[in-house]
Amino acid sequence: MKIEEKIAINAIKNDKESHIILNQEICAGCNERMCIMACPAHLYSLNEETGEMVVEYAGCLECGTCKIVCIYDSVKWEYPKAEYGVQYRYG
Amino acid sequence: MDKVDAVIVGGGLAGLSAAYKLASAGRQVILLERGDSPGSKNVTGGRMYVDPMREYLPDIIKEAPFERHVVKEVITILDDNSSTQIEYSNDKWKAEPFMSYTVLRAKFDNWFAEKAMEKGAFIIPKKKVDELLWENGRVAGIRADGEDIGAHVVIAADGVLSFMAEKAKLRSPLIPANYAVAMKEIYKLDEKIIEDRFGLKDNEGAANLFMGSVTKGMFGGGFLYTNKDTLSLGLVVGIDALLRKKPYLEAYRLMEEFEVRPEIARWIKGGELKEYSAHIISEAGLQAVPKLYTGGMLVAGDAAGLALNMGITIRGMEFAVASGAIAAEVANEAIEKRDTSDTFLSLYEKRLKESFIIPDMETFRHSKSVLENPRIFTVYPKFICELLDAIFTIGKNNKESFYKSAKTVAKKYLMSWEAVKDIMSIRKI
Repeated sequence: MKIEEKIAINAIKNDKESHIILNQEICAGCNERMCIMACPAHLYSLNEETGEMVVEYAGCLECGTCKIVCIYDSVKWEYPKAEYGVQYRYG
Repeated sequence: MDKVDAVIVGGGLAGLSAAYKLASAGRQVILLERGDSPGSKNVTGGRMYVDPMREYLPDIIKEAPFERHVVKEVITILDDNSSTQIEYSNDKWKAEPFMSYTVLRAKFDNWFAEKAMEKGAFIIPKKKVDELLWENGRVAGIRADGEDIGAHVVIAADGVLSFMAEKAKLRSPLIPANYAVAMKEIYKLDEKIIEDRFGLKDNEGAANLFMGSVTKGMFGGGFLYTNKDTLSLGLVVGIDALLRKKPYLEAYRLMEEFEVRPEIARWIKGGELKEYSAHIISEAGLQAVPKLYTGGMLVAGDAAGLALNMGITIRGMEFAVASGAIAAEVANEAIEKRDTSDTFLSLYEKRLKESFIIPDMETFRHSKSVLENPRIFTVYPKFICELLDAIFTIGKNNKESFYKSAKTVAKKYLMSWEAVKDIMSIRKI
């Protein structure tokens, strides 16, 4: 099953504001872009036109992998506000 | 500032154990959970070893809504196109008291929270703790949604990413080398089908581990646990290993490739995907344990880095329960003595050392350095699969003697200085 379909099955309530903020200056100087590789929800991508990194915070599984894998400290990651984000029904 | 006896941050196993114990001791305790209900942000691979935690929470263990008790261990070692499966079962696991159970945390934690509330704990969901409050250099409470709650003791049980431990400067930022990411899927399947398929009956459960090419040579492995009417399928991979992998490989693709391998697909066939989750696991053992206390605050469970990968068994939940209970004990004494200083609370570390937690972590202090050897995930699985291939294959040519075949395969994989070093390193665990 495709990753987008898997994410769509989850119970997630999205906030209007992102809980993940990237520092585009740092991202611009990054060659590895390990966030793309490591995010289990495949939320990170590079916008080829603008050259900016994009993160689709709406599907976030709240694992924190991106915060750890970004060794340049560009990912400012917090838990979503109360009542938002993923609600695991099985866990 | 008005103060309650204790505020607990996080409604997982550590926090709930602490709340249950403190409330049982008659303390005024408030537990704040950011999810819609306790358990709704929590993920486990799937199994809890109950023997070590029984003495801390006997009543809870007796009544808890577990899924199945594990009576069977299956290990599957995979090469790219072949696999070997080892199954171990033991009649003693079929008799009570059971050693381990599969578990789903949304259900389990929510039930546990109700039990803590029955004892008198205030458990408040949908509250995210943003800050710690300080008074004379000591933690004196928390701030959640702009509201301040003062407390004689704060117990940080806010999980592996513990923002509280970080804010209290008890630990440094998390580094890739110390953590693995786990991806997990829940498949709904008829209870009867699960029992037939895995050869189980009457609430018996199976635990399956997968190692070798499923992680493409990277540190990690797969797991599959049987729940009542669902299966928990997952894959764990070291974050550092992902960083070093060339060419790069996306974690989610690893999971996609894993679930369609015939060795896995046979188990989940016909199952309906119900949830996809992910979670970080501390793999560094004692090395990643921060300072566990400061004036006015104790850290428990995953937040305290209390998790242990012993290779074939991975432990965390019993550490969470026991450390939460011990934190409650120490907090209770501190409140009694009106001394919540850093010095008094060092008693917590002493008690953890006297419990099973720190000694077990001490024994397996080197397990990470042994397990992060990539040969464990490449060379040895290949060796086992190729050895069996040599033994089982009958072709048109004359068959070599078993001894000769075995010698050839062993020579290819085991006759090296690396292999000798690997054997030496295993003595560490």
